Amino acid sequence: MRTHDDEMPKVKLPSLQDVMDADPAGSRVPDPVHGALPPPVRRIVLDQPPTVATPAAPQTRAAGAGAAPTPGHGGVRHAGEPGPERMRLDALSVFYDDKAAVKSVDLSIRQGEVLALIGPSGCGKTTLLRTLNRLTELTASARREGRIALDDTDIDELEVTTLRRRVAMVFQQPNPFPMSIFDNVAYALREQSMKRPGKAVIAPHVHDALQRAGLWDEVKDDLDRPALRLSGGQQQRLCIARAIATRPEVLLMDEPCSALDPKSTEVIESLILELRKDLAIVIVTHNLQQAYRVGDHVAFMYLGDLVEYGAAEQVFGAPRAQRTRDYVGGAFG
Amino acid sequence: MATQIHQGPPPLPPHGGFGDGPRGSRKRGGESLSTWRYGDRVAYAMCWFCGIALCVIAGAIVLYMAARGLQYLNFTLLSTHPEAGLDQKKTGGFLDPIIGTVLLTIIGIAIATPIAVATAVWIVEYGRPAWLARLVESGIEVVAGTPDIVIAIFGLALFQQSLFAPLSLTADGGAVFGRSFLTAGAMMSLIALPMVFSATREGLQSVPALVREASYGLGKTKIATIRRVLLPSVRPNISTGMALGMGRICGDTAIVIVLLGATLRLESEGGIPGFNVLKGTGSTLTSYVYNNSPAGEGNAPQKAYAAAFVLLLIVVALNFTVDLIARRGSKTGLETGRLGA
Repeated sequence: MRTHDDEMPKVKLPSLQDVMDADPAGSRVPDPVHGALPPPVRRIVLDQPPTVATPAAPQTRAAGAGAAPTPGHGGVRHAGEPGPERMRLDALSVFYDDKAAVKSVDLSIRQGEVLALIGPSGCGKTTLLRTLNRLTELTASARREGRIALDDTDIDELEVTTLRRRVAMVFQQPNPFPMSIFDNVAYALREQSMKRPGKAVIAPHVHDALQRAGLWDEVKDDLDRPALRLSGGQQQRLCIARAIATRPEVLLMDEPCSALDPKSTEVIESLILELRKDLAIVIVTHNLQQAYRVGDHVAFMYLGDLVEYGAAEQVFGAPRAQRTRDYVGGAFG
Repeated sequence: MATQIHQGPPPLPPHGGFGDGPRGSRKRGGESLSTWRYGDRVAYAMCWFCGIALCVIAGAIVLYMAARGLQYLNFTLLSTHPEAGLDQKKTGGFLDPIIGTVLLTIIGIAIATPIAVATAVWIVEYGRPAWLARLVESGIEVVAGTPDIVIAIFGLALFQQSLFAPLSLTADGGAVFGRSFLTAGAMMSLIALPMVFSATREGLQSVPALVREASYGLGKTKIATIRRVLLPSVRPNISTGMALGMGRICGDTAIVIVLLGATLRLESEGGIPGFNVLKGTGSTLTSYVYNNSPAGEGNAPQKAYAAAFVLLLIVVALNFTVDLIARRGSKTGLETGRLGA
């Protein structure tokens, strides 16, 4: 993990490689306080009973389990088994003109877990997120360095349309298309340069996507209604349905709840926990409680640097870097 | 305004209310206009006056035309062909000009709409290089600002070239007549094009960037985004532009007189059914009104009034039809929805 040496406190973080592979012998700089990272812990259950049993913590992580809260305290829910690595960022930097917005970040995104990106405004977390499916390329002044791999393939080698179908995005503002609910999802399903499949072919897939986004029961009777007549929370779930309709491997969410009321936020958060089983989810959020609630891992960014990366419990409970401590404690941001 | 739910004393000082609308301040403390500055009072009065005055003027035109038109209008006028003659009782009706108006409008708008929409899409969505975009925009501004009579004589010069011979009558000596529904329609499209263009451009510009991003984020290309998302959502704008453009075409006289051949009746040309009408000449309600006004040869003001009223009805009907089509075809919900709510 890259750190800002001049401002860093004495504690040196283990590199990402160490965290992910967690080969204790190969640990270059063992964390003096915590050892390796504790397993990710889920704290809230929302409405549903836990769906995932306490995982057999990966051996390598068990070494650091001492720092983790004891499993089984009230309402604790453990993350699912971390799945295979989906995306990998190596020394990723993004520049707008000459200004670095993201500075040499290494990260790993795994299936079956939620990675929450937190940090003060302008720290580069949204830029980082948008780089993952090359949406930054829409900004003329943006330039990228470093490598991003999706399933070990450099994303530059993929057709950008393919990449964006595999790494889907949900935006900050609910942005359904000005068309019917059905067409919003169907549009995502109709593949580029393919013969447009008919409604009968596509309807089951639309149904499925809306079902998974938890919207089906609310809209099944009026799929022909304009999507813009839905409430804000429903619109955002429609956007999620649209994004997951193509069965992406990674779902990027850019502050998906910031425009929503608490109730809709709760619904979307439980949806995130539900979707996490099949997907790798990266969520950018300003809401620390939200990062705490939905994040399996949390990455704290500051001025373009990845300052701290770890299990949610660790980053919020026992942050290693001074700046993380300040931010989480509300000293700035 | 939220002011209506205020209870108790008004939050503003008695002479305050800066930036407050008259309605709000009146309801709050029973303030009268006398507390306003003179400039504000004049501006306020002007807004009311101009708004009402415009309604009155529009109403006066319609009512006057309706009164005069209905006075002379009868079914025979609508259903008989015009005849040349000195006796007004024998000069027939204006069926041909009505058909001519409709035909010319359809040709003009059919040519103008695709060009205007494509240009607007290019300007808003591509628009590179910037100098070319500026050039295109000023080109359209020039077209919009060119008087129709200038467009008409330019069209005549253009379509009399032998290249365009298939569009109109070619005389025995080989001279190209240059006047037909097709040539007039082509030039009419220039009248309508700026209307459709600016309406479409404004519509596209008002589609929030996040809608485009959403589409790109789903792995769609730019052109797919334009065709499947942007154009459907600006359909109401396009039809508004079309309605305005058709109104302009219906109402244009100069191009008709110069380029449509100014024959009273529809005169077909050539042997291909349907196409022969388009290749032929005719007149429209505007040229008919002109000819029958005291300024024209016919000098039958009664018929001019009747025809003018019919023209007005056609324009109003066009507007309503286009509006209806746009509203029925649109499932966007943009009008009542809350994008990014």
